[in-house]
Amino acid sequence: MTSTEQQPFLSVRDLKVHFSTEDGVVKAVDGLSFDLAKGQTLGIVGESGSGKSVTNLTILGLHDRHRTAIDGEILLDGTDLLTSTERQLERLRGNKMAMIFQDALASLSPYHTVGTQISEVYRKHTGASKRESRTRAVEMLRRVGIPQPDIRVDDYPHQFSGGMRQRAMIAMALVCDPELLIADEPTTALDVTVQAQIMDLLKDLQQEFGTAIVFITHDLGVIADIADDVLVMYGGRCVERGTKQEVLRNPQHPYTLGLLSSMPSLEGSVDVPLNPIPGSPPSLLNPPSGCRFHPRCAFAEKVPGGLCSTERPALDVVDGRGSACHLPMDQREEFFADFAGSRHH
Amino acid sequence: MPRFLARRVLGALVILLIISAITFWLFYAIPRDPAMMSCGKNCTPENLAQIRRNLGIDEPITFQYWHWLVGVFAGRDYGGYGYCDAPCLGYSFANREPVFGTIMDRLPLTLSLAFGAAVVFLIAGIGAGMIAAVKQGKALDKIASSVSLLGSSLQIYFVGYIAMYFLVAKVGVLSQPSYTPITENPAAWFSGLLLPWLVLSIIFTANYTRMTRSQLVEQLSEDYVRTARAKGLSQWNVFFRFAWRGAMGPIVTVFGIDLGTLIGGAIITESVFSLQGIGRLALQSVDQSDLPMLLGVTLLSAGAIVFFNIAVDAVYALIDPRIRLA
Repeated sequence: MTSTEQQPFLSVRDLKVHFSTEDGVVKAVDGLSFDLAKGQTLGIVGESGSGKSVTNLTILGLHDRHRTAIDGEILLDGTDLLTSTERQLERLRGNKMAMIFQDALASLSPYHTVGTQISEVYRKHTGASKRESRTRAVEMLRRVGIPQPDIRVDDYPHQFSGGMRQRAMIAMALVCDPELLIADEPTTALDVTVQAQIMDLLKDLQQEFGTAIVFITHDLGVIADIADDVLVMYGGRCVERGTKQEVLRNPQHPYTLGLLSSMPSLEGSVDVPLNPIPGSPPSLLNPPSGCRFHPRCAFAEKVPGGLCSTERPALDVVDGRGSACHLPMDQREEFFADFAGSRHH
Repeated sequence: MPRFLARRVLGALVILLIISAITFWLFYAIPRDPAMMSCGKNCTPENLAQIRRNLGIDEPITFQYWHWLVGVFAGRDYGGYGYCDAPCLGYSFANREPVFGTIMDRLPLTLSLAFGAAVVFLIAGIGAGMIAAVKQGKALDKIASSVSLLGSSLQIYFVGYIAMYFLVAKVGVLSQPSYTPITENPAAWFSGLLLPWLVLSIIFTANYTRMTRSQLVEQLSEDYVRTARAKGLSQWNVFFRFAWRGAMGPIVTVFGIDLGTLIGGAIITESVFSLQGIGRLALQSVDQSDLPMLLGVTLLSAGAIVFFNIAVDAVYALIDPRIRLA
């Protein structure tokens, strides 16, 4: 993306993840591609069910192999993760690539101490002794800002506060200095102060270790804070991507525009009503034809020939910037400006 | 932990006290006179009164109960039988044997039966349930599920006789059920109880298979199990240290109840295999209006259930650190 000159550290090519359910095949991810370089942060934005979490579980190989059909390629530092065996993935997980989950209370084992849960990762991947890995766990807890880490290391997750649990989760993910960190809405459940602290923590750790971070969120404010590049997902597909500035300042896709206009603005009057995107997220069991966003799109009628409902718009990416929309490029600015203007009448 | 135990044991004593009082009262609510049963054909009113006095049932119920209670805790002087040390549960109306001694004689068989069967049905049930959970939706899962459904619909008095007929009488691979104390001859103890263990297990196994499977399936889809995998831990590690740990709780609970019930006597199993355990003792004592024996057996059953309940709570706290005993 920003570093096209070098081989990307993480490269996802035309990823398709389909689940078979009783009701039929769910196309959770349907042809997704992106690259991520070391030391960079990619923010993935989208509604629930847009395929952002599934994408990242698939990178780690945590999907249900029996019920999932996967196509495409995921290269991590040259290794194809989709063709790797479970054993090979076990060596990478928690070690070279790690994940921070959203709900730390549910995601930490209630049956083991925080220290055990952190140190077992370290032991598994480095072969360190029990004592060494415990010392390491204490060090990690200190680094993520847990007070009295040498005492709290023996606590169980339920003895931690929500923010501390999330920090412990981060400590667990970072204990082996992973080169790829996937953070799945790590701050959604936390209050704003703790959220800010955790974002700062992630940024510090990234600076220190040059970790590549995939940050999944539906909060554009968080994206604005942490991401270098942004990828907007809708209905299992990427609808727009580019740098943070490009996507947030100058959205090219009606869905991104909708997301931005549904956010409250600090500058405008508080009386201006929020402008939510009409309709609800698409069914992935029976997705809309053509562009998956067309039933909810304010501009679909402006495209001649009903193209939006018949043909899937291509995602043309130039220098990491692209959007998948039938609306002619030269008309977008005008339409979008009208749309934004119509908010304030 | 000690405070928890003290409190629970005290509570258990209260429960047992209430149960014994209810049993006493219920016994006399039945229109049946135990004295009549031992009076015989030429029963004169004088004889009947004499027997009543001998059995100690000529007093008001409250007095009888009080004396019985004192006997349990302090021992009591028992008329024609001499002094009965605590815990004195009295003497059988039917055969004049001391109740406590009789129960102690019968208990080893019932314990052997219960624990032996427990080993079989725990291994078979949990093993099959684990396989079914791992092979969710596959052929092995379907086999385990249907076999367990079949097993749970069988009855001991049906399977027991069929097994005895084929395996013992016809084919002769198993020996006739009998009880030899393990201290005397472990081999004979084992072979004599093998058939009852297996038959008793058939019914229980099914329950544990289904429970293990459903618990594990649930746990395996929990977030913390996914996290364990995300950390790169091996599948075995994830399965046993994480998913199984979470699945154990309900299984331990049911196991405690089952074990308690079994120690109160596997009445049908003991009857089918002609084993003289607590279960048949209970049956006999009801049949013969043998109040002291009935009380003794009832207290043992209730005590076993109460005991395993406390044990389950303690084990639960060991499994799940979120549970605090108080």
